[in-house]
Amino acid sequence: MLTKRIIPCLDIKNGRTVKGVNFVDLRDAGDPVELADIYSKAGADELVFLDISATEERRKTLANLVLRVAEKVNIPFTVGGGISSVEDVDILLQNGADKVSVNSSAVKNPQLINDLAAKFGSQCITVAIDAKQIDEEWKVHLVGGKVPTELNLFDWAKEVEQRGAGEILFTSMDHDGTKDGFANKALSRLSRELNIPIIASGGAGNVSHFVDTFIEGEADAALAASVFHFKEIEIKDLKQELQDNNIPVRL
Amino acid sequence: MKIVIINYGAGNIQSIKFAIQRLGYEAVLSNDPEEIKAADKVIFPGVGEASSAMGKLKDSGLDTLVPKLKQPVLGICLGMQLMCNYTEEGDTEGLGIFDVDVIRFNHGVKVPQIGWNQIESLKCPLFDGVTEKDYIYLVHSYYAPVTKNTVAKTYYGVDYSTALQKDNFYGTQFHPEKSSEVGEKILLNFLSIK
Repeated sequence: MLTKRIIPCLDIKNGRTVKGVNFVDLRDAGDPVELADIYSKAGADELVFLDISATEERRKTLANLVLRVAEKVNIPFTVGGGISSVEDVDILLQNGADKVSVNSSAVKNPQLINDLAAKFGSQCITVAIDAKQIDEEWKVHLVGGKVPTELNLFDWAKEVEQRGAGEILFTSMDHDGTKDGFANKALSRLSRELNIPIIASGGAGNVSHFVDTFIEGEADAALAASVFHFKEIEIKDLKQELQDNNIPVRL
Repeated sequence: MKIVIINYGAGNIQSIKFAIQRLGYEAVLSNDPEEIKAADKVIFPGVGEASSAMGKLKDSGLDTLVPKLKQPVLGICLGMQLMCNYTEEGDTEGLGIFDVDVIRFNHGVKVPQIGWNQIESLKCPLFDGVTEKDYIYLVHSYYAPVTKNTVAKTYYGVDYSTALQKDNFYGTQFHPEKSSEVGEKILLNFLSIK
């Protein structure tokens, strides 16, 4: 049986791991390669590296980091952050990334999704969507959630699927950093209206939030950062609890 | 032992090279027919879209070489699919090593299948020491139905082939290089085949 995936997310700045609380305060949580290795041994199903650096060197630094991760880690990993062209993706895949995630650049240039899917295959193209509720409507936001757009979450998600995305990573800006649980209503609607896997992100605070997002949110995978980085939740305990709730996991 | 990973420009092959390195062996990437023929073990990777991958294979003239190889050959993911007769993806003729047609998932499941699933009905030296229902990592939209060449099965809306074998040819739909310790065992088993 296909299992539900637990995905620690490592925010990367200049080759180091950081995690923003509500995307503002940054705290250092270690070396990415070491952390990746620890997580894969602890039972993580997949890893996401999100590069938030904005230096001239970022492309080279990130490619080098991807290569070092691929050398060490025996589970799949996705790389995102600032990817805006076919060339960007080519470099990351050549260096050993399994999937890439595009976000703002896909909103600005939706054709990019078609181009990436045609060249590399849908299976390695994740589209990340950050959204927030404004007057009870879910609106897509850009640049790490700072810039609102007129796009409706569900319309955009459907368009992304039609253009060839292999999966969607949905972050609720309303929930991210709150540790109050995932945006399960929006997640289950995405899961029902689309036929590609949905990764839940934003709001993980305790083990029962994961149980809820897999049952009520119908998510295929759940992503979190600080609860793992600061050892508030151990992946093995989390997966045991999921199994006890009849949620299929790899144990 | 000389291990060659066929490099025909199809996707992420670093991961396989690194996985073999972690097992204590070195693999070379090559598209040179002589070097491939001389190898003890050949790995035939593949990520991406079937018709363009097959096009690249033909451009490098390796489409006629691969079916004639005598040493153990392991096709991974799309590599395995291209070793079949045909795939619906891009209406693509395959190498015809495994006598089966690859088709798209269409059983009320999400496509692509992404994640960890279980392998069972294991019957081939690739799976020595691997337990029934162990977990492996998959990411794919098309699958090979169960056939006489099936040596491992997985359920995703339908029972299908997650590994195929015929003579010296082996294929896995899953990514052993990304399947943690289970995958490492399977890769090591392949490298140990005489």
